[in-house]
Amino acid sequence: MTMSEIESEPTESRAETAAEEALRPHAEQAFADELAALAAADDRPRPVRWRLSPWAVATYLLGGTLPDGTVITPKYVGPRRIVEVAVTTLATDRALLLLGVPGTAKTWVSEHLAAAVSGDSTLLVQGTAGTPEEAIRYGWNYAQLLANGPSRAALVPSPVMRAMAQGMTARVEELTRIPADVQDTLITILSEKTLPIPELGAETQAVRGFNLIATANDRDRGVNELSSALRRRFNTVVLPLPATAEEEVDIVSRRVDQLGRSLDLPAVPDGMAEIHRVVTVFRELRDGVTADGRTKLKSPSGTLSTAEAISVVTGGLALAAHFGDGVLRAGDVAAGILGAVVRDPAADRVIWQEYLETVVRERDGWKDFYRACREVSV
Amino acid sequence: MTAPAATPGPGGPLLLGVRHHGPGSARAVRAALDAARPRAVLIEGPPEGDALLALAADEAMRPPVALLAHVVDDPGRAAFWPMAEFSPEWVAIRWALDHGAQVRFIDLPAAHSLATGEEPAGEDAGPRVDPIGALAEAAGYDEPERWWEDVVEHRDAAVDPGAPFAALAEAMTVLRETYGDGGHPRDLIREAHMRQQLRAAVKEFGVEVAVVCGAWHVPALAAKFTVAGDRALLKGLPKVKAELTWVPWTHRRLARRSGYGAGIDSPGWYGHLFAAPDRPVERWMTKVAGLLRAEDRQISSAHVIEAVRLAGTLAAMRGRPLPGLAETTDAVRAVMCEGSDVPLGLIQDRLVVGDVLGEVPDAAPAVPLQRDLVRAQRTLRLKPEALERELELDLRKETDAGRSRLLHRLRLLGIGWGEQTRARSTGTFRENWRLRWEPELSVRVAEAGVWGTTVLGAATAKAESEAAAASALGAITALAERCLLAELPDALPVVMRALADRAALDTDVAHLAQALPALARTLRYGDVRGTTTAGLAEVAAGLAERICVGLPPACAALDADGAAEMRTHLDAVHTAIGLLAEDAGTGPDGLRERWSAVLGRLASRETVPGVLRGRAVRLLLDDGRIESEDAARLMGLALSPGTAPADAATWIEGFVGGASGGGMLLVHDERLRGLVDGWLTSVPPEAFTDVLPLLRRTFAAYEAGVRRTLGELVRRGPGMRTGPGEAAAPGFGTGLDLARADAVLPLMALLLGRGGPGGANDPERPQHPNGTDELGAPGILDDPNYLAGVGK
Repeated sequence: MTMSEIESEPTESRAETAAEEALRPHAEQAFADELAALAAADDRPRPVRWRLSPWAVATYLLGGTLPDGTVITPKYVGPRRIVEVAVTTLATDRALLLLGVPGTAKTWVSEHLAAAVSGDSTLLVQGTAGTPEEAIRYGWNYAQLLANGPSRAALVPSPVMRAMAQGMTARVEELTRIPADVQDTLITILSEKTLPIPELGAETQAVRGFNLIATANDRDRGVNELSSALRRRFNTVVLPLPATAEEEVDIVSRRVDQLGRSLDLPAVPDGMAEIHRVVTVFRELRDGVTADGRTKLKSPSGTLSTAEAISVVTGGLALAAHFGDGVLRAGDVAAGILGAVVRDPAADRVIWQEYLETVVRERDGWKDFYRACREVSV
Repeated sequence: MTAPAATPGPGGPLLLGVRHHGPGSARAVRAALDAARPRAVLIEGPPEGDALLALAADEAMRPPVALLAHVVDDPGRAAFWPMAEFSPEWVAIRWALDHGAQVRFIDLPAAHSLATGEEPAGEDAGPRVDPIGALAEAAGYDEPERWWEDVVEHRDAAVDPGAPFAALAEAMTVLRETYGDGGHPRDLIREAHMRQQLRAAVKEFGVEVAVVCGAWHVPALAAKFTVAGDRALLKGLPKVKAELTWVPWTHRRLARRSGYGAGIDSPGWYGHLFAAPDRPVERWMTKVAGLLRAEDRQISSAHVIEAVRLAGTLAAMRGRPLPGLAETTDAVRAVMCEGSDVPLGLIQDRLVVGDVLGEVPDAAPAVPLQRDLVRAQRTLRLKPEALERELELDLRKETDAGRSRLLHRLRLLGIGWGEQTRARSTGTFRENWRLRWEPELSVRVAEAGVWGTTVLGAATAKAESEAAAASALGAITALAERCLLAELPDALPVVMRALADRAALDTDVAHLAQALPALARTLRYGDVRGTTTAGLAEVAAGLAERICVGLPPACAALDADGAAEMRTHLDAVHTAIGLLAEDAGTGPDGLRERWSAVLGRLASRETVPGVLRGRAVRLLLDDGRIESEDAARLMGLALSPGTAPADAATWIEGFVGGASGGGMLLVHDERLRGLVDGWLTSVPPEAFTDVLPLLRRTFAAYEAGVRRTLGELVRRGPGMRTGPGEAAAPGFGTGLDLARADAVLPLMALLLGRGGPGGANDPERPQHPNGTDELGAPGILDDPNYLAGVGK
């Protein structure tokens, strides 16, 4: 069987839904206009089977204005360098690994990259602790297999295999959640660019244009470290946390608002001051330096990601709404912060105490926060 | 202005406009010189340096070096013209020396430029109009450096050596027409001087003259100006006596702006670009891989290949002709460093900047530091003598204080002329030194010349750099002390900052505890000398704060040695906090209160070793934070039968051992004494041998008089307690009831005289477990070892 046979396979696995009816349309559906405009304006050389040139892909992610006046919205707000390295990596035959703590838009970037490069962001393997080898290589249609014996017709290709055959971009989400032995299946695919099918004595070779984007979170607990053999096959791009406190406050308050509505929490007005405080504490401890850049701090062992800040504030809101006076106060978030910061009971506690005594206590207008934190700490 | 004459033509000399420290410029200069073969090369630089140019060809001369000009009477006023291997000026000098061409500096003499004050020669802060920035902007680049790299540095000069200079000169001409002097009126004077020199050279050598100068100056040299106008400009310039020499330079200092200005951030990268014969990116990646491998990171050749490919593709995507530093760095981060910035910091430090240190031949004239030292020696009447001699300084006298400062500063610079010996008297205003000038100290002075031109400036710079490099907290506190002794007020804030940073990141409370006493001492010493110690107190308070937080967890689960060590820290911190609190009234926000709370926590925490618990209780008691009733209660707890005897013994050691006055407490407080005594008598015989060494160590440290009194009291103790009137007060009564005391005398005489076991009917009498009956042994009370329980 040839590649064309796989290519010609009906994509019944992919439920064709009209973009406007989908609860959440794919990137290539939601931004079809922008992609079309970019493709029309793009006169730079495109790698084989790429819908856009690398420059246009970068523009798609970072935003800009085309010569014909079409405005491309920015999909990723962050250092330009990061997007450039990511796109360039895909243009070479190296795979791309997007690393970062929760809430840094890894999946978002990976989806848009795939949509812009291959026009299809759905060749996706979702990594979990239970992801089997079949999800990365191929499975079998057992009825066919029993009836007709092993054949191409009985073979169920994985998204990765389909991407190889069609020269598309495959995506693997949460690579580090996949058990180590299953992860290593990727080694042959990435280095030999082929997927052997020993049952048939055949193989599927990747055609030009194939590449793979993986996302991973290496600081969480319960992850399977990548073997160095696999790691070598990736170019790694670390997605940074929001660069400024304002950006992060913005993200937190927006997400908290959404979450609050979906959890039917009573609206709590005037939480901004407290959100600001939570974000400040998280950022200072994470960066190991106070916001004014004058005092260095020790960093605790937890990741203190934006996602955690969001959950601290959401928890605080629930407390304030159900048990408090409806206003988010220092006391409502103090326990949540303590839980997020002190992951290691011995070392982190000292770090937290030091932070309280040397930074928080002296800060103007933070007396209530200091007192609330001391109450829950002792 | 006329059209620029950038190529050797019949019309004029060869004008090579460069960017200082640009490797591409350097290459282009070399190619242009090779092609034109001028008879004389004129270089932007102070003409007083002409005499020193021959040294550039010296075997022992290794760039980076700098031409240093300084005012003879005031070495603090100095200017540097640094040159690296890849500096166009250096390349031109070497080319001229190698090819037998005349080489001269043509800038305004340092005698004038130093005289005009603040701003030394050269584009100190860069022209206020950034010419390269303006050109880059016109070319659509957001970063000037990058534009320059693409247009000039990355060009292959072999094609047409003159072409880049011509293009650049043209661009600069347009800029000069727009911006004039670019906000640097002094440039006009300098350019007038350059033109004068150029005319003289043309008269001497004809048009076979090449000029290497900043690209900015090219239009001014190419255009026609009248001789008279230039003369008028140069007339009546202020003048000082200036001297020049070569000094060794470092890559790190190339990043600083001075002399040729234009600090460069990546001397290591430029050096690489200049030195690499071909394939600079491939060679750079190999270097990076080598460095990472040396740091035990597994980097294979495949990594290098991929990094080179990624850098190349990135450059293509960004529309650059060749990967620059930004592309290579991005590629290294993604491929070799797994996206992490940590190893990247190492690469930045070791390769991009680099640790290159230049060398200067011995024949180079003396550095200004030497002169400054000689001057100081003369003013302070402190002659360098090979013979060893003692010097006693009284810091209240101005000359002596000056001498002390000089010696301390020299020590900071590693010039060990004087060695401080112990002062015979104890006053803080006396210092004793042993002086001896060894010949090699002159070499040290020359070496220290890299730090600055005056003893004060050099010592400050050295202290600042040491503060940045020091990793141990103790080292920085020691440095702070030395800064105060040497009176380096400018270095102190930097040192304090480093200290605060290290303290914040140090997780070992012991380190903090070691640092605090020195700091408290420094604070007091600063007071004695009248030095401003603002900021110091703040740092010290911060340190104390961190200790308060970190100490209780650090005291848990220590072994005997660890506990003993922590105990010394505890004492030292206690004293230091006392000093700090004294200085700042009640201390910032009740530092003392907090410390007492910490001690209280220590005292009551079971996991803390006994010696520390005992010590904490004692410190609290001495400070009057707890009443002796509380102390007695805590001691009773510690010594209760449930506690293992060994633990109880360490508690006692902590409580009454070591520090002076430990014994006196027992002498004066009968209740505590009684508790110790009662515990001692209840120790079972088999455990007694275990606790014996500890107890001996504890009590043997007392002074003989204390031991004796204590012995007497113990012997008498139970009697007193059973005496009437004692029930209310735990210590001594308010007075002696002589009549009643007299009544005891016959019995006492009987007891003493009889010498038999008198305690059988007295349950509270101490039964010393070794079984001997001391009461019967005459003179036993004179035995200082009596209380230690082991006799002689």
